[in-house]
Amino acid sequence: MDILIVGGGKIVYFLAKVFFSKGYNVTIINRKKEECSWLARQTKATVVFGNATDPQILKDAKTFSMDAVLAVTPNDEDNLVICQLAKLNYGVERTLALVNDPDNEEVFHELGVTTAFSTTHIISSLIEQRTGLEDIVGLFSVAEGKVNVTEVILKDDSPILNTSLMELELPADSLIACILRNGSTIIPRGSTKLHAQDQLVLITMPENHGQVLKFLTGSKV
Amino acid sequence: MTSNHNLYIVVIGCGRLGSLLANKLSNEGHSIVVVDISTTAFDALTPDQFSGFRIEGDATELGVLKQAKIDKADVVIGATHDENVNIMAAQIAKNRFNVPKVFVRIIDPDKESFCKAIGIECVCPTTMAAEKMITSLKQNPES
Repeated sequence: MDILIVGGGKIVYFLAKVFFSKGYNVTIINRKKEECSWLARQTKATVVFGNATDPQILKDAKTFSMDAVLAVTPNDEDNLVICQLAKLNYGVERTLALVNDPDNEEVFHELGVTTAFSTTHIISSLIEQRTGLEDIVGLFSVAEGKVNVTEVILKDDSPILNTSLMELELPADSLIACILRNGSTIIPRGSTKLHAQDQLVLITMPENHGQVLKFLTGSKV
Repeated sequence: MTSNHNLYIVVIGCGRLGSLLANKLSNEGHSIVVVDISTTAFDALTPDQFSGFRIEGDATELGVLKQAKIDKADVVIGATHDENVNIMAAQIAKNRFNVPKVFVRIIDPDKESFCKAIGIECVCPTTMAAEKMITSLKQNPES
């Protein structure tokens, strides 16, 4: 796989190292001359000095032969233009951009960037998902973070014990997919009642995740 | 869109081009909002011509564009010195907020074809100046 990384700093250095260890060919574009020589010495990447939002520089970096382009400069506008140029001018299918403004994740996607990710979003959701909820474990995200899968153990003080799923007014867009009780697995139906110490496998969206957890555990998230 | 009708225009960037546009268009009776990342840039707006609004903020931030009521705009002009900011804000205006008329100033002539590909009308002063100089040279090679 041939991959182009645009940006600077430690993140580009470590990304290049990780990609090399996976056997990818890495090209880096950086607009600071000293940083380019440092990256060229420290990594096996092909390093191109210049402004990657200039179509000519993208051509010099052989963008047309890349399988993926990753734009991680500190400027959202530059990352957008780099990804769009790579796609439209050089036919790169997979483009990934770092965004500062979490709102831009959606905007970039609409404008044709394959994947946009925001550090703000990643860190804030990590904090939301971890703080003070030791009875909530094993969370992972699917579909680029659009769906969360979480395990929740119902404590003795949960407000929803002995309620059947039919009666349970679970917030919209969430689902109790599976119940683990005394070592056996139950795929719940409407009549299934919830017991203390039930281990629930829960499907939620990032928007209602906190709300659903609060509903099930009664704790103030 | 007729030329005599009062338009709601968002001008992004209040440098030489942005302030000139904002002053002239406001003086012609259009409703103008100017967005710039630095509040000192607004000093270039002259009170006898400009009667619009000023918003301090980064135009690549969706919240700032919403604050400028970009969804209500008839026209959005990207006039900052950073053509990528112009291109990004213009695309958001056009694709997300369906602004009917959007155009940007770019510096690098190499980006003209890119702007066409993403459907953004662009003005490149570099190309215009070169063409004008070449034409003048052909008409009057000696003078």
